[in-house]
Amino acid sequence: MFGKLTLDAIPFHEPIVMGALGGAGLIGLLVLAAITKYRKWGYLWTEWLTSVDHKRIGVMYIAVALVMLLRGFADALMMRTQLAMATDGAMGVFPPSHYDQVFTAHGVIMIIFMAMPFMTGLMNIVVPQQIGARDVAFPFLNSLSFYLLVAAAALVNLSLGVGNFARTGWVAYPPLAELAFSPDVGVDYYTWALQISGIGTTLTAVNFLVTVLRMRAPGMKLMQMPIFTWTCTWANVLIVASFPILTGALAMLSLDRYLDFHFFTAEAGGNAMMYLNLFWAWGHPEVYILVLPAFGIFSEVVSTFTGKRLFGHTSMIIASGVISVLGFMVWLHHFFTMGSGANVNAFFGIATMVISVPTGVKLFNWLFTIFRGRLRFEVPILWTLGFMVTFTIGGMTGVLMAVPGADFVLHNSLFLIAHFHNTIIGGAVFGYLAGFTYWFPKVFGFRLEPKLGKAAFWFWQIGFYFAFMPLYILGFLGMTRRLNHTNNPAWDIWLYVALFGALLIACGIGCQLLQLGVSIWQRKKLVDQTGDPWNGHTLEWSIPSPPPSYNFAVLPQVQDIDAFTDMKEKGTAYAKPASYAPIHMPRNTAAGVWIGGFTLALGFALIWHIWWLAIVGLVGIVGSMLARAYDDDRDFYIQPAEIEATERAAAERRALAATSA
Amino acid sequence: MTSSVSHANAAPAAHEHEHHDSGSQTVLGFWLYLMTDCILFATAFASYAVLYRNIATGPAGHEIFELPYVAVETAALLLSSLTYGLAMICGHQGKRQAVLGWLAVTFAFGAVFIGMEVNEFHKLIAEGHGPNVSAFLSAFFGLVGLHGLHVTAGLVWMAVMMLEVARRGLGERTLVRLSCLSLFWHFLDIVWICVFTIVYLKGVL
Repeated sequence: MFGKLTLDAIPFHEPIVMGALGGAGLIGLLVLAAITKYRKWGYLWTEWLTSVDHKRIGVMYIAVALVMLLRGFADALMMRTQLAMATDGAMGVFPPSHYDQVFTAHGVIMIIFMAMPFMTGLMNIVVPQQIGARDVAFPFLNSLSFYLLVAAAALVNLSLGVGNFARTGWVAYPPLAELAFSPDVGVDYYTWALQISGIGTTLTAVNFLVTVLRMRAPGMKLMQMPIFTWTCTWANVLIVASFPILTGALAMLSLDRYLDFHFFTAEAGGNAMMYLNLFWAWGHPEVYILVLPAFGIFSEVVSTFTGKRLFGHTSMIIASGVISVLGFMVWLHHFFTMGSGANVNAFFGIATMVISVPTGVKLFNWLFTIFRGRLRFEVPILWTLGFMVTFTIGGMTGVLMAVPGADFVLHNSLFLIAHFHNTIIGGAVFGYLAGFTYWFPKVFGFRLEPKLGKAAFWFWQIGFYFAFMPLYILGFLGMTRRLNHTNNPAWDIWLYVALFGALLIACGIGCQLLQLGVSIWQRKKLVDQTGDPWNGHTLEWSIPSPPPSYNFAVLPQVQDIDAFTDMKEKGTAYAKPASYAPIHMPRNTAAGVWIGGFTLALGFALIWHIWWLAIVGLVGIVGSMLARAYDDDRDFYIQPAEIEATERAAAERRALAATSA
Repeated sequence: MTSSVSHANAAPAAHEHEHHDSGSQTVLGFWLYLMTDCILFATAFASYAVLYRNIATGPAGHEIFELPYVAVETAALLLSSLTYGLAMICGHQGKRQAVLGWLAVTFAFGAVFIGMEVNEFHKLIAEGHGPNVSAFLSAFFGLVGLHGLHVTAGLVWMAVMMLEVARRGLGERTLVRLSCLSLFWHFLDIVWICVFTIVYLKGVL
C-alpha cells in the first residue's frame, strides 16, 4: 500500500532533525493561523496563487528563494559549527550519516532552490517591463513552471522529515549514488527534485526566449534591449542548451537505480565517468546561468547610480555571448585529475582561462561607466562595488585552478570551496541582492529602509571575507572538502575564523529580514509616488509603481537603448495619449497549482515506490493539462474607462510627488 | 487575433504584441522546446556511443538486431510522416473529414511502429537480453525506449487531436495545435532515422 514507506522513515530518534521540524512546523502553523485569522485565504488564492501575472509570479519565486535561503544557510551554519567543534579528534554534534546529508542539501538548495528561483524571480518581474511588454509569451506556462519548482522544493523539504536526503554531495557521482552504495531513498529524493525543477526551468527559458524574440515594444531592436534583459536571454539560451543534458543524466541514473540498468554502475560495462561528463556539461553552464543575469543587474545599477549611460552596451552583449559559448567548452576542468591526459587537460585549462577575457571586458566597462560619473552610494551600488572587488578575487583563484598542474594539488580541497563561493556569493548572490533592493520599489511602491540595507551589506561583505578567506588557506594546508571531523591543530584557528565569518553573514541575513519588516512597517514614509525613484534609464521606470496588471497602457515607441532616458531628454515621457484601446489580458487559472500538486504526488510516489499513487499523479497531471487545454474562458479585455482611471490616478500621484519634492 | 500559422513567421515582432497565445508564438515556443528535446536525444546518443562496445557478458548488436524487421518498423514510421503531412494540407484547406481520415491512418502507422517495438523489446528480454545484462543493452533500451516513449506520447496527443477536430472543427487554435503535433511527429521521424543508422545499421555492419 505505501511501498517502502513505513513509520520508521520519520527520524524520531534524531533530536536535531525533530527540533528543526518542530520549529519549522510551528512557524508554518503560525503563518497559516494568521492567514486564517485575517481571512486572507481568498485574497491569497485569487490574487497570488492562481495569478498568471509575471510580476506576481516573480514575487512568489523570490519568496520561495528567501525561504530556501534560510534553510540552506541553516545547513551552512551547522557545517561550520560542526567543523569548528570536531577538531583534534573530537567528533562534534553531527554523525557522518547526518552531516553528509547536510552538505548535500546545502549545495542542492543553494544552487537549485535559492539562486535559480531568485534569478528567475527577478527575470520574471523585470524582463517584460524592460522590453515594454504586457506579459510573457505564455502566461499559464509561466505559472506552471513556478509550481514545478514549488513541487521540487517541497520534495527536498519532505526529505527532512520523511526518510532522508542524499549523502553523496550535490553532484551525486556514481558509483556512490548507485543503488549498491546508496540503497535508501536519499538519492531518489535528489534525482526527482532536480528532475522536476529542471523541467520547470527549461519551460521558463523557452517562455522568455519567445517573449524577447516576439514581444518587444515597437521600435526596439534586439541590440537595443536593456542589458539585464540581454544577460537573462543569454542565460536562457544556456538553459535551453544545457538543462536537457541534466535531465538525461538523471534519467539514466534513475534507470540504474529503479530498473537495474548499467549506465554508470561499476559492473557490466557501465561507465561512471560518463555521468561526470554529462553532469558538468550541464553544471558548468549552470554557474553562468546564475551569474550572467547578476552581471546584467550590476550593469543596470552602475549606469543608474552614476547618472550616466552604460559604457560599451554592445561590447557587454557580445562579452556575455562569448562567456555563454565558452561556458560550454570548459566542463572538463571539474575533473582534471581523472586521467583525461595532458593534451585534453591543456585544452580545457586554456579555454577556462580565456573566459577571464570577456569577464575582464565587463569589469572595465563598469569601471569606465563609473569614471567621471557622480556615484550615488545607495544600497544597490554598495553591493555592486563589493561585487567588483570580491568577484575579481574569485575570478583570479579560478584562473589559478584552471592550470591543470595546480589543480592536481587543489582539486577537492577547501581552496575549491572558497573559489566557487567567492564567485557565486560575490557574483550571483550579491547581484540578486542588489537587484532585490533596486527593483523593490518598482514592485511594491515603496523603498527598502536604507540604513538596515547598508548594515546588511557590510555584515555580508566582511562576513564573507572572514568565512571564506580561511578556506583558501585551509586548502593550501591540505584540508579536503566534505570532511566530518579533523585532527590537525594547524587547521583549528582557521576553522574558528570561518565560523565567525558565517555568524557575521547570519547577522547580515538578519538585517535583511529586519529591513524587510521595518520597510513594510514604515511603507508610508518610504513610499515612492513617481514610479522612477532612482532616475532610471529603462522602460520599467516609465510606468507607475506598483505597475498596473497591464504594465503599459499604451505600448511605448522605442528609439534608443536607454529608452526611458531618451524619452525624458526629449520631453516625451509620461505623454498622455488621446485615447486608450482595450487591453487583452490572460485570466488567472488554478491549473498550475493542480499540476504542481499532482507532480508532487508523482515524485513522492516514485521515491517511495507507491505505484498506485504514481498512477494517480500521472493521470492527474495529464487530466489537468487537458482540462486547461479545453478551458475556453482564458482571457478578457480591460476596458478603456478602467485604464483611463488607473492612469489618471497614477499621474496625479506623480504630480503630487513633484510638487512636494 | 488575425494571425495564422502560415503567414505568421513573416510578421514583425511589434504586430504580435497584443496577442496572447497567438499561433506563431506558440509554434515558435514549441519549436524551441523541440530543440531542448533534441539535446536530450543527443545525450542519449552520446551515451550509446560511449557504451555500445561494453557488452560485458551479453550479446553484441549484430547478434540480436534483425534488420528486415526494423526496416518494416522504419517504413511504418516514415509513411506516418507522409500521411501526417497530407492531414496538414487538408487541414489548411478546411477539409475536416479528410483530416480525420489521414490522422487515423497516421495513428495506425504509429501504432504499428510502437507495437513492433514493444514486441522487439519483449522478445529480447524473454531471450535474456534485457537492459540489466550489459551497458550496451542499457544504452540500447534507453535510447530506443526514449524514442518509443515520445512516439507513444505523440499517439496519445493525436487521439486527443482527432477528438478535438471531430468535435470542434478546424478553428485557428486547433490548427496551431495540429502544427505543433506535426513538428513533433516529423522530429521523431528524423530522430528515428538517426536511431536506425547509428544503432541498427552500424550494429549489424
